[in-house]
Order: sequence, then structure tokens, then C-alpha cells
Amino acid sequence: MTINTLARGGWDREQMACFQKMEKVIVAMQDPDMGMKMRNQRLLITVIPHAMTGRDMITWLIQKYCICEEEALHISGMLVRYGYVYPLKEPRSLVLRPDESPYRFQTPYFWTSTRWPASELDYAIYLAKKNIRKQGELMEYEKERYSVLHKRINHTWDFVVMQAREQLRASKQRRKADRIVLECQEQAYWLINRPQPGAHNVLDMGLERPNNLSARVTLVSDIITFLYVSYVPVPFVKYSEQYQNHDPIMQGCLPSNPWISDDTAYTRVLGHLVLLVPAFAAPVDLVERWSFSFMELLNDIMGRREFMIYLEKEFSAENLCFWQACEDIRHGESSRIVEKVEEIYKNFLTPGAARWVNVDSKTMDKTLKGIRHPHRFVMDDAQMHIYFLMKKDSYPRYLKSDLYKNLLAKAIMNCPTCLFVLSACSPS
Amino acid sequence: MRSPRVPEMATQEVQPNETLTHLKTESDTLKTKLEEERAKLHDVELHQVAEKVDGLGQFIMKTRRTLKGHGNKVLCMDWCKDKRRIVSSSQDGKVIVWDAFTTNKEHAVTMPCTWVMACAYAPSGCAVACGGLDNKCSVYPLSLDKNENLAAKKKSVAMHTNYLSACSFTNSDMQGCDKKANVWDMRSGQCIQSFETHESDINSVRYYPSGDAFASGSDDATCRLYDLRADREVAIYSKESIIFGVSSVDFSLSGRLLFGGYNDYTINVWDVLKGTRVSILFGHENRVSTLRVSPDGTAFCTGSWDHTLRV
Repeated sequence: MTINTLARGGWDREQMACFQKMEKVIVAMQDPDMGMKMRNQRLLITVIPHAMTGRDMITWLIQKYCICEEEALHISGMLVRYGYVYPLKEPRSLVLRPDESPYRFQTPYFWTSTRWPASELDYAIYLAKKNIRKQGELMEYEKERYSVLHKRINHTWDFVVMQAREQLRASKQRRKADRIVLECQEQAYWLINRPQPGAHNVLDMGLERPNNLSARVTLVSDIITFLYVSYVPVPFVKYSEQYQNHDPIMQGCLPSNPWISDDTAYTRVLGHLVLLVPAFAAPVDLVERWSFSFMELLNDIMGRREFMIYLEKEFSAENLCFWQACEDIRHGESSRIVEKVEEIYKNFLTPGAARWVNVDSKTMDKTLKGIRHPHRFVMDDAQMHIYFLMKKDSYPRYLKSDLYKNLLAKAIMNCPTCLFVLSACSPS
Repeated sequence: MRSPRVPEMATQEVQPNETLTHLKTESDTLKTKLEEERAKLHDVELHQVAEKVDGLGQFIMKTRRTLKGHGNKVLCMDWCKDKRRIVSSSQDGKVIVWDAFTTNKEHAVTMPCTWVMACAYAPSGCAVACGGLDNKCSVYPLSLDKNENLAAKKKSVAMHTNYLSACSFTNSDMQGCDKKANVWDMRSGQCIQSFETHESDINSVRYYPSGDAFASGSDDATCRLYDLRADREVAIYSKESIIFGVSSVDFSLSGRLLFGGYNDYTINVWDVLKGTRVSILFGHENRVSTLRVSPDGTAFCTGSWDHTLRV
């Protein structure tokens, strides 16, 4: 099965939504009251009715959707690319020019969504018509496809030629303007559904998505308990405000955003060399972030190192060591889990161990039982207990300690221009 | 605060002669009652609270780097923790590691299959994982020795029954299938929460930086924000002029901005709190298939079907 046949299955779900929306826009554009003003367009010696210029389309879109010109140009470009609007001059170039070039709306008969998938038979008839009408009018790639089709549906070829002749005869009886319009419409349709090789194919859908409707997902319990969180939106506002000054895309960063200035000073400080950089060279926003939450401190390598130094002074460094060892198990290699669990037990949990951690008896019992069948998450309860111990006790004291305060002061001094007010200086 | 009716029902004894259907209808009515209760407690909307927050000024965001080298559509990319390296995978079966800062290619691996839809950088920076139509996830160690045949050292990590569409080195807790976004407990392997408000397939989900919420992007051309603790949708990011679906989303470092890569080749930047669009970015010549913000939040990278990546 080729990728193309696979792609058609996924068509329905993904594209129908887009096509319906585009069609809504097109219909709105043609609304007699609120839609666009259309006029007659002169094409060589014929006059084509109901045409509009590219400039008109863009103006209408800007007004209707309150968008900028670039976006309106983009949207109208997409409408042309997908065949809802076609150009009268240079019909092979499906591009929207924001000037006086004339365009027309495609008739719904030829909307890609109406006639999907484009049938081989119709394409054969179309190419046959072109061939009959004027010898040599087919382009190279069209000639190739024509001969391929001729081989493939040879059994119905008589029908194809007959249909082509019939349609040409019928069109000769129409007015010239109508005939030109119909030819343009049909050509536009096929330019999109059978694009030139190498040209942009808007109908390329990628791989088909497997249908997941058969996968039954059952929630764990039918009785859903949830927290009624008062003022749900407030945590978002708080979080964003707190971190806003640290968001490089929004506020810039010191010394400069490396992608804009091509200067790697920022990345050097926070890159692989971070362990070699002395702590007082840490940028002030980083040091400040450590005071936002305990997780921030632990997630940052320098923060963790500094915290360890502080804990060593307080003779409670084994807590952090234990926590780190547990993290190592959770994120490390499966093959070494058993070995690591044993080490933790030896170093931290055995009574009388060198770096014994203070875990309550219930958790300790549970953990010791779990150790007999070690797995990735066996230390979770103990780790959580120690985490909260550090968070409630050591962490707040660290933030008030001279060690942290000095670090922060040095960082501020090193910072040439402080972009923001430091909110974390006051002890909380 | 829990709904007062819930504990009552839970402690009722199940009579042996109660049929399954009876119990099912009971649980269904219970669910609807819970939904009604929840709706009554319906909160202040996010954008109302955000009215007091300062508006965002104009942002000047431009393409700062363009990475060219893939021979076909770029399907997926990921940042290395060192904030400058990127791994990307493409339909032509190639997985390339770039130094995005200098735009040099550092490694290139040819997969035995095409449509490599997923790739991820190891936190250690020493390996990349990728997978696609071969239904496997393979891990390639990266070495600086240019002559080494990386392909020979790969390890297969997982076998799937269908093509691999996403992989990452940390536990990925969410999955968007059809219109539902499910949150899974990695330890019990069970789905603990489910959200179904999108009108079309969800293409991408990403956690909010605090971890209490996530955003999703869907074919219905909207992005939505869901709060995990309140268990509901909190905001919708959409505009009438946006017609094409979202292929991937990511948050800025502070969570104030949400970047969405769309199938109409553009990137829309949303103010998460106010629900308005901050900016629209052009540049790609085909649909944006993947989008990730760098680990330090200084930039974001997009990969597109136009064979290029932009930072």
C-alpha cells in the first residue's frame, strides 16, 4: 500500500473541518449584503462577470476579521491554493497577488470537498478533451500521465474519448464568456487535485492516523472526587507573574538572548561548564528563582550544590543525598535498579547506618517490605517523606541563612543592569 | 469539598439481585448529578481574573536561525538540555543532530525506515531515541568520533503494534487520542482523568510549567487549556480567521505565552491568561509539524514539511 492510499483514510477527520471553515468564509464573501463587491472584468476581448481583485479580497478580510494585512494576504493565499478562488490571468499560478489582478470564485461543483477523491476517469476525460481541442496543448507531465492512464484504464478508453468529444461539443454551444469560465474552473480544479510534479501539493496529508475509537479507556473509579478549587484561574496568574521576569522570550535575559545577539555568554554560564563556575558568578535571576519553590532549588544543579553545602553545615546532608539517590533510581537504568536499591538500604536505611535518614516507622516498614521486590518506584514513599522534611524545615531556614543572602547580594552586585525588582529579598 | 451525595451512594450495599444495567444507570445518573453540581460551582473565568494583569506589549519575534539539510518533511524535533543542540527527524528516514547556534550538523543517522515521526534527546545528551514506521523505538548513542558507524550501535528499546508517533525520555503522562485528552498514572497504568471538549482530533498536548495544567492543540483550529486539579477546561484559544488545525503546542518558560504551530504554515502566539492572540508568525512554506521551546526558554524551534527547521 502506498502512502497516498493510506492518506485518504485520514482525510475525513482532519480536512473536513478545514474545508467547512474555508467554505464558510467563501460563502460569507459572496453574501449579497455583507459580502464583497464584484464587477465585470475584461479579459482580452471578453468580459467576465462576477470577478474581484486580489486587493478587494484582502480589504474585505481585514475588515471582517480585524486582522493585519499580512495575515489577510496569507488567508486569501490559502483560499487560492485550495482552489476556492482562481486567478483569471495566469491561471497556472495559484498565488494571490494583492493588486488589481482579477479572481473568481470557484463553483461549488468543483470544490475539492465536493468531488473527493478526484476520479481517474474524470482526469482522463479532462486530458482527452485538452488533447482533442488543441494538439500539443498538453504539458510534458500531462502527456506522461495521459499515456499512463491510457494503459491503466484501456478497457474504458472508448468511453473516455466519447465523453470528451461530447463535452467539447456541448461547450461549443455556450457563449464564449461561459466557455472560458468553465475551462478556467476545470483547469483550476485539476491543478490542485493533480498538481504538477514538484509543485506544492496542498492535498498531501501525511500518514493515516490509526483509528483509536476501538480503544476503550475506562476511568479508574466511577465516583469522581475532585477538589473544588476556589478561583481556579488565580494560580495561573500567580505563576505567570512570578516567572514573568524570568521568561527570556518575554523580558529578555542577561547579558543578552544568544539567538539574537549571537553571543554565547548566557549559554556558557548555564551550559556544561556550570559545575566549574563558582557560585557567586550565578546570574541573579537564577538565584532568585531558588526562592520561588523548593522544586526550583532542587532542579537547578547549582542550587542543589549550594543547598548541599548548607546542609553539611547543619549536619543533615544525608537527607539530600538520600533524595538524590532515589531520583537516580527513578530515572536511571532498569538493569541497575536492584543494585542501587541495595546500596540505598545499606547507606541510609539500615539501623546504625553511616547516613541514616529519619523516616517514620510506618513508611519505613512499607519501604523495607517493598525492598524485597525492588522496582523503580519502591523508594517513592520514603523519598516523599524526606522531601517534605527538607521542604518544611531545612529549605525555609536556608533562604533565611547568611549563606543564601550573601550569594544573592553578590549576584546582584555582579549584575550590570537589574531589569526587575527583586521580590524575594525579604524573609518569608 | 466533595459533593454530599457521593459518600451515601458508595456505602450502600449492593444487593445480589441488582442487575448490572441497574447499577450502570445508577452510576450514570450519579455522573450527571456530579456534572450539574460542578457546573453550579462554575468559577470565574480565567480571562476575567486576568483583566487585572498587565497586557503584553508588542513582541518582535523573528526567525533567528534556519536549519536546512533534510531531504523531506521534518516530522519531529527535540532540544538537548544544553539549550543549543537539536535533534530532528524526517520523512526521508534521516535523524540529524544539529548545533542550532552555529547551524552545523553534528551527527546524521539513517534509519532503516521512512517517516521517522518521533525523536527525542536523552537528558544526559549522550543519546537520541527515534522511531517511525518500523514500529520500534531505537536508541542511538552519540559519539564525537565522526567515523563511527552509529547505526551499528543502536539498541531497540520497544516494539509496538503500529507506527511510533511520539517518544520522549521522561515519562510522558498524556495522550491525545481522537478528541479526548487522557491523563495516565504511570505507576498503575490507569487513566485517571479524561477531557473531551475538542471538536476534532487532538494533535499535541503539553504540560503547563507548574505541572498543574496542560494545553492541547487540535484539528478544530483551537488550543485549549485544562486544569488538572479543577478537572475542567479553563480557556479556549481560537480566532475566526484561524481555519487550519494545530499540529503542536508549547509554553514559554513563564507559562504566559502559548505557541502553536498550525497546518496553514503559521505560528500563532497566545496570551495564556487573557486568551488573546499576541502575534502571528510567518516564514514556513508548508505546514508546521513540530514546535518546542528551548530548555532555558530563550527561543523556540519549529520543524516543518518545507524540509527546514527555524529557531
